[in-house]
Amino acid sequence: MPDPLLANSATLQTVVSDGTICRLVGDWNVQQLSARGAVLARRQALAQVKSAVRWDLSGIRKLDAVGAQLLWQAWGQCIPLGTVLTPSQQALLGVLAQHPIAAAPAPQAVQWYSWIITLGQSGYVAVNHGRELLLLLGGLVFNLGLLLARPSRGPWREISAQIFRVGAQALGITALVGFLIGVVLSYLSAQQLAVFGAGQFIVKLLGVATVRELGPVLAAILVAGRSGSSITAQIGVMRVTQELDAMQVMGISHGQRLIMPRVIALAIAMPLLVLWTDAVALLGGMLAAKWQLGLSIIWFFDRLPDAIGLTNYWISVIKGVTFGGWIALAACHFGLQIEPNTESLGRGTTASVVTSITGVILIDALYAILFNEMNL
Amino acid sequence: MMTSVAIAQPNEVLLNNQAATPLIEVQDLTTAFGSHVVHEHLNLKIFPKEILALVGGSGSGKTTLLRQILGLDRPRSGVVEVFGRPVHEYVGAERIALTHRWGMLFQAGALFSALPVFDNIALPLREVHHLPEDLIRDVVLMRLSWMGLTPRDAALMPSELSGGMVKRVALARALALDPELLFLDEPTAGLDPQRSDEFVDLIRVLHRELGFTVVMVTHDLDTIGALATRVAVLAEKKVLVEGSLEQVMQTQHPFIEAFFHGERGARALGGHEAKGVNHGKP
Repeated sequence: MPDPLLANSATLQTVVSDGTICRLVGDWNVQQLSARGAVLARRQALAQVKSAVRWDLSGIRKLDAVGAQLLWQAWGQCIPLGTVLTPSQQALLGVLAQHPIAAAPAPQAVQWYSWIITLGQSGYVAVNHGRELLLLLGGLVFNLGLLLARPSRGPWREISAQIFRVGAQALGITALVGFLIGVVLSYLSAQQLAVFGAGQFIVKLLGVATVRELGPVLAAILVAGRSGSSITAQIGVMRVTQELDAMQVMGISHGQRLIMPRVIALAIAMPLLVLWTDAVALLGGMLAAKWQLGLSIIWFFDRLPDAIGLTNYWISVIKGVTFGGWIALAACHFGLQIEPNTESLGRGTTASVVTSITGVILIDALYAILFNEMNL
Repeated sequence: MMTSVAIAQPNEVLLNNQAATPLIEVQDLTTAFGSHVVHEHLNLKIFPKEILALVGGSGSGKTTLLRQILGLDRPRSGVVEVFGRPVHEYVGAERIALTHRWGMLFQAGALFSALPVFDNIALPLREVHHLPEDLIRDVVLMRLSWMGLTPRDAALMPSELSGGMVKRVALARALALDPELLFLDEPTAGLDPQRSDEFVDLIRVLHRELGFTVVMVTHDLDTIGALATRVAVLAEKKVLVEGSLEQVMQTQHPFIEAFFHGERGARALGGHEAKGVNHGKP
């Protein structure tokens, strides 16, 4: 005879008590308990049962670990005296009895000074990254020395493969972006210059801006996003799959086989990519100038050498070499820092790209000051 | 303290009960990767409560068959029926309900490397929604303790675990929702003999207490001898023979000769003939 108090629809009469015997019926498995409010309803129903009753579980169709745990909690971690169980239920609850669970630990109070700790930790992490990068750079110089001493034993095949990967395969994307930026820059400045009839100055403006600043930075940002992330991810996965350990066991130096080829390859490919981006951006600018200002392409070409000058090209190349080396070094550093789990891999790749792009812009600013002091 | 009553059903294991409806039925399955044919007209039935061992040489397509039963790969032709319906017909909410009824232990564990052990096991329970966190916590810790792990292990990351612990945690995760079907891909590969025996014992105890059906792919003769109630041999692109270990061992075929009667086989299954068919019966 069901207790009217418990016969509400939420419990679907899974707990049927008549004062002396409490029968549990229906399904007590995760599928039933995962319905909204099911656990709460059954807990309330169980709590209302008087402590003196005998329990009868033989009417339960399905009982699983989650259902058993729910009963176990309601009973206060023991099986009440005189409970009627099927053998399989007995076995299941017996397992619960054999494996007591420690009480939940009290949640740790948040200390008011925890932000100082966080701040200090991030400072420490940043300094540590700097130190590791310096060590990496030292190792690189050492390895470059070894390479110069014994060029025949250098990893030339690896270097050439890397040049193809980071250089040749990046030609398309750098050309596209360079061309579009050239068009946009030329189009916008042409509008302004045309206002006071200084249309011819577009050559000087476009040439110097592109070759000296935009070309190198644009190419560097694209390469950092494209090749920097791939280098970090590649080395990171090598950590996950223990390939880095295997190399160490075989006596193959990471610095020589992984880092140096990538740094050399990017230091060679990057200035070439910069010159390529410069050229395509100028081409875009030229076409936009022809369309907007009616400047002849032949005339534009004639004026270019005077407008830009060889110095600016050398600055472009120097920037390319530095940016390339920096991107490869930062990418390798963050790749080697990755721990063998997926989250660290994602974090490391992000950190690598963000750091190398920030670094590129920082180095660019330093170069601007340096070349200004040198009156170049 | 506990009193059982007469209503209770004996916990029977349906061994080789051909009359029962199969849980899984693979019909006329053909699989090929490009021009490389792996399975051709393969048929297999898996019955409730049994422990079926899939045996075969490397590249015979055992793991591929498992993946097709789970609906991870699609066969070129043929049907895989799970719980009476083709596995690819389960879509949307039905597919989710289906995934609550099975669990898979991957060969390398496939633990989520970004989550600690506790969250790895709690994940399937949290995914069903509306279970209160304190209940989840107790269920997870009980499972861990059942698998022989301590609450301290719950805070470890998967990369900090030993091979045996990875298997245990992965098993706890596979069993989180009390599935009716458990798939094991090389359950004892990479474990030392003692850990391997412990793990086999663990599966046997769990099988007895929870009464699920096990499909396992294995190379390990010890595991087959200790666990399997039925063995299916994959060779020549189909199920060459299926039946009790004894029946399989009596079949005349070069692969079976080499696999079961070789030096390793004799060592692992030594005296098995004397013990009879029911050796692996829980």
